[in-house]
Amino acid sequence: MQATIEVSGLRKRFGRTPALDGMSFTVQPGQVTGFVGPNGAGKSTTMRVILGLDAAEEGYALVGGRPYASLRTPLRHIGALLDAAALQPSRSARNHLLWLAHSQGLGVRRVDEVLEQVGLTSAARRKAGGFSLGMRQRLGIAAALLGDPPVLMLDEPVNGLDPEGIVWIRGFLRSLAAEGRAVLVSSHLMSELQDAADHLVVVGRGRVITDTSVADLIAATSNGRVTLRTTAGEPAMSALAHAGAIVTVTGRDTLLVSGLPGERVVALLNANAVPFSEVSAHRATLEEAYLELTRDAVEFRGETR
Amino acid sequence: MTTTVNRSGPGGPARLLRAEWTKFRTVRAWVVAMTAGSLVIVLLGLSSASGSHASCDGGPTEAVCPAVPVGPGGEAVEDKFYFVHRTLAGDGSITVRATSMTGQIRKPDVTPGVRNVVSGLVPWAKAGVMVKQSTRQGSAYAALMVTGAHGVRMQHDFTHDVAGRPGGVSEDSPRWLRLTRSGDTLTGYESTDGTDWAEVGTARLSGLPARVEIGLFAASPGDLTVTRGDLGGSVSAVRFTEATAVFDRVDLEGETSGGAWRNDDIGVTEAPDGSPHHPGRASESGGTFSVTGVGDIAPSIEGQTVERTLTGVLTGLIVVIVVAVTSVTAEYRRGLIRTTLIAVPRRGRMLVAKALTIGTVTFAAGLVATAITLTFGTRILRANGNYILPVSWLTEVRVVVGTAALLAVAAVLALALGALFRRSVGGVITAIVLTVVPHVLATTSVLPDTAARWLLRLTPAAGFAIQQSIPEYAHVLGHYAPIAGFYPLAPWAGFAVLAGYAALALGLAVVRLRRRDA
Repeated sequence: MQATIEVSGLRKRFGRTPALDGMSFTVQPGQVTGFVGPNGAGKSTTMRVILGLDAAEEGYALVGGRPYASLRTPLRHIGALLDAAALQPSRSARNHLLWLAHSQGLGVRRVDEVLEQVGLTSAARRKAGGFSLGMRQRLGIAAALLGDPPVLMLDEPVNGLDPEGIVWIRGFLRSLAAEGRAVLVSSHLMSELQDAADHLVVVGRGRVITDTSVADLIAATSNGRVTLRTTAGEPAMSALAHAGAIVTVTGRDTLLVSGLPGERVVALLNANAVPFSEVSAHRATLEEAYLELTRDAVEFRGETR
Repeated sequence: MTTTVNRSGPGGPARLLRAEWTKFRTVRAWVVAMTAGSLVIVLLGLSSASGSHASCDGGPTEAVCPAVPVGPGGEAVEDKFYFVHRTLAGDGSITVRATSMTGQIRKPDVTPGVRNVVSGLVPWAKAGVMVKQSTRQGSAYAALMVTGAHGVRMQHDFTHDVAGRPGGVSEDSPRWLRLTRSGDTLTGYESTDGTDWAEVGTARLSGLPARVEIGLFAASPGDLTVTRGDLGGSVSAVRFTEATAVFDRVDLEGETSGGAWRNDDIGVTEAPDGSPHHPGRASESGGTFSVTGVGDIAPSIEGQTVERTLTGVLTGLIVVIVVAVTSVTAEYRRGLIRTTLIAVPRRGRMLVAKALTIGTVTFAAGLVATAITLTFGTRILRANGNYILPVSWLTEVRVVVGTAALLAVAAVLALALGALFRRSVGGVITAIVLTVVPHVLATTSVLPDTAARWLLRLTPAAGFAIQQSIPEYAHVLGHYAPIAGFYPLAPWAGFAVLAGYAALALGLAVVRLRRRDA
């Protein structure tokens, strides 16, 4: 069983509004893939198409190489959390998982295992209707884990969680990926994925804008720039400019150097006996990168709505 | 991966059914409501049985009602006629010529207190020749007869009726009738001239003793009038009639006991002073017999039926409908339907599993309720002096199991409507309008009989026909209307109409579920 999601050329419109416009990407095993884009970019629709809930007009989506509808016990292939509030309020957490387990040919033992895994054992026999949002998210994740699937897909799992819950979920997702699973996590806020995602699929207007690793994206945005802290601004600027760098003053005692790697900057400053207190690679935030990428998509959305 | 998952387990359909059953039983409100529905059926049935008392007027004091005779087939019968007979030992035959048939009918009084009697015959007035096991009411018989409006008939053992030639009897066109006995087999013949004979039919009366009673008879059932009630519906009344037939050329063959013909007014009712009420009579003069009879030789449809105990089913059905509709609309309301469809992408199978689950649960709950109610309800009714028309155990099983199946199929219909509407209110109202409302309209004094019959043919309420324990007899004039417990369709035909609606609704719901994004 391949631990992948493959989405290719999905197109779908709701009325005259295109929701998916050639959405294509692949989710690889062993890492957390962030599925990012502004609200309305087509993230949820894509997930519903992957799960066979919505039909695409064109294109296809495969889970472990197979269309969802062909899976006889789908929860053993992919675990999904779409809407944590989708519960029968009078049914207990354990019974909610029990009917799902029975639908996949699984027993009550597996139910107790996943309850333990998400830390809901003590609340297992309580009515799900009385659960806090955080507990519902945990219950939804327990349901996703029920079939021990190689692929996990979670729609906005961080939404509405308290800081403690956010930390828990990040760690949990990382550990699932570390076990070799493919994990796709959607969010409309890039900052939520900071420190959680290894790979990013950035979408806007129903199609993929960027499909890249987090490291590459940050490097591309950082663009090899170096921050230099020195009290000797003048000599530093002349020495570096002489070597071909573009130097900008960004503050009192700080310069932004581009066009030279950090080691060359240090070597040049030493050779010219320019004193400095700090040389560091400039690191763009994920948020910065994301805002730059999705600016067009957001503007487009503003025009059509 | 850290955990191992047991890959073995039940196959696809069994998995789906188990999941849906788990879903149902883990919502306490549904389990409680379904149990309450059963209890409603039992409690309403038993309490209405407890409240129903009957006794017969025995002069100054109330008395136990006289036993109703039972025919060879176990059904309640009316066996009341005037019999002029002799005893026949072994095989033999009787041949007569009927030359006249006349009668009297009491019509509604024009002047209050003054009997308004007109001459005439009711359609099923009957007179002719008969071989009967004994003069005991309900004993086996075969008879060949002329009738008021249905020509020559051969009837036996109350429920069997075969038509001969049509037409009445008069001096100008007499009818010859012949009934022969050969062992267990009785054969009827008719003729217009006494020479050319045509066979009307044969009857096998198994276990007929060697000595039987053979002779002439006359009977005339009460005149049934059905009038429209003031508030719609209908009112039926039965009035006294009698029929007189004249026979000559009586020829008896075989070993008959010597001596004269004996006259018996079989089953005559007695007035409080012990004298016969509306007696029959007979006279003989020069080989010409005149026989006058009152009553009928036919299955009885007067009395309580076993299904009368199941009056609570209609209320129970409303509870079942609410549970069935809610069990599917609750998923739409919470968005849980998406979780279900993610777990079971084959949507049609999912909905069918849901329908099977609610159907099975309803059937089980309904079966317990109907079995208890019918068993104890009929006991209570009998203990209170009510007469219940006897039916075979097979019929009782059909009523009990059929009513449970009726509830189950109606639950499937309701669930399918819930899936189509995706809203509780719309689903519940539509299901009630389709199943409960037509039955209420048809069986209460609201609609004319014709409209009531059409409702019970065309709507899912036709399924209630499965409860009818006493059949409609073509040779017994009765008020066979829904208000009297008679359905226009046969039990399983009516049930099939309901099942058809359920299948159609479920099919539409599957198509809609498959076509639309969830």
